[in-house]
Amino acid sequence: MIDNLIISLIAIVGAPIIGGLLFGIDRRITARLQNRFGPPILQPFYDFFKLLGKESIAVNQIQMMYVLSHLFFAIAALLMLVLRQDLLMLMFIFAFSTISLIIGAMSVRSPYSKIGAQREIMQMLAYEPVLLLMVFGVYKVTGSFMIQSILDYPMPLIYSLPLVFFAFLYVLTIKLRKSPFDFSTSHHGHQELIKGLTTEFSGTQLALIELTHWYDLMILLGLIALFFAQPLWVGILIALGAYFLEMVIDNICARVTWPWMIKATWLIGVGTALVNIIGLYLRP
Amino acid sequence: MGLMNTSRMKSPWIIHVNCTACNGCDIEVVAALTPMFDVERFGIVNVGNPKHADVMVVTGCVNPKTARVLKNIYDQMPEPKLVLAIGACGGTGGIFAECYNVLGGPDKVIPVDAYVPGCPPRPEAIIDGAVAALGLFEAKAKAMKEKAKKAAEKAKAEA
Ligand code: SF4
Repeated sequence: MIDNLIISLIAIVGAPIIGGLLFGIDRRITARLQNRFGPPILQPFYDFFKLLGKESIAVNQIQMMYVLSHLFFAIAALLMLVLRQDLLMLMFIFAFSTISLIIGAMSVRSPYSKIGAQREIMQMLAYEPVLLLMVFGVYKVTGSFMIQSILDYPMPLIYSLPLVFFAFLYVLTIKLRKSPFDFSTSHHGHQELIKGLTTEFSGTQLALIELTHWYDLMILLGLIALFFAQPLWVGILIALGAYFLEMVIDNICARVTWPWMIKATWLIGVGTALVNIIGLYLRP
Repeated sequence: MGLMNTSRMKSPWIIHVNCTACNGCDIEVVAALTPMFDVERFGIVNVGNPKHADVMVVTGCVNPKTARVLKNIYDQMPEPKLVLAIGACGGTGGIFAECYNVLGGPDKVIPVDAYVPGCPPRPEAIIDGAVAALGLFEAKAKAMKEKAKKAAEKAKAEA
């Protein structure tokens, strides 16, 4: 019991620190790839604290609640991960976190925010089936939804679920809202949707959304690591490698349109995951 | 200088407003964002959204049409905020000062904190101006706090 408490505390405090640092390194590497010098590695933290100190301009009173639930559901999902709980439940809670943000963006009257929210819904439509198939594949292999059973399973999951892992890597780009799928909140400002989903959030609210993004990153990297556990350090290395791959993809891709994304994700993501799972059934 | 102030100075997000400029200054402002000058090393990001911005970079002079727009964008920015006026037009109206429809520089409509002279100024000068203006954030934040305190006292007195 006390162990669990300590693990949870470490996760809640440590995850955003590592996540923020990773985003800082991301910005630095992106700058280097574009032949620029780039901001300091601590830049995300400077942004975060600066936003906390801004005057708060709330468009309506309910907005803050949605931002907070966006954050709390993400923390809950992280806790389920580190406490090795139910993977299926984790996915639902994780989805709830995104839905809170969507509702928050829908609660204002700015068209940019609304279009951003609609695009985010399209993104969810694209990646949720893949995530569910992944959970299903894990169940098929280990016979349980619990993350503990993945860790107890004698072989790393990647041997039985290589294509599911590929599909998960594919949706990782969508989940992180990176190019070519960065259309719900354009990664760089000054584009057709200003800042999409987050246009109407400012100051503290934006800081909390940023914080949630760090938690999200850690959850996703944790899920990647699960495929290679045990030993866990291999998983962590692979997760970091996957994140580096994301940075490169982010820099070499132009943005696609949402119909293209849905078609491609359902075809490639759901397709490969399904092939993998059907293969599991056919295996003697 | 606390953590908050360091962060403020290290992460100024700008919004670029073209307010009756001839586009000369705008090209130089945008040039400052390119890999050649790379203002992101100071944490400067061009956000294009007044609600996220800390520094307004305004180019050109003001006429009756743009005055309303400029004021509107300025009001949407959350405190503490800075305004940087670029170019000769940003100071006095420059070569357009005598035109029948020109009111003068942006300081006729909103409070300007720093001016970068030149027609157009070089990107180096613009970066210099932006970095110099950041020193004003501390005083601005203090003023913001005092204003909030006064508003709270007034609300209390009324209640
Ligand atoms: S200062 Fe010169 S370059 Fe800049 S907007 Fe005015 S006329 Fe154009």
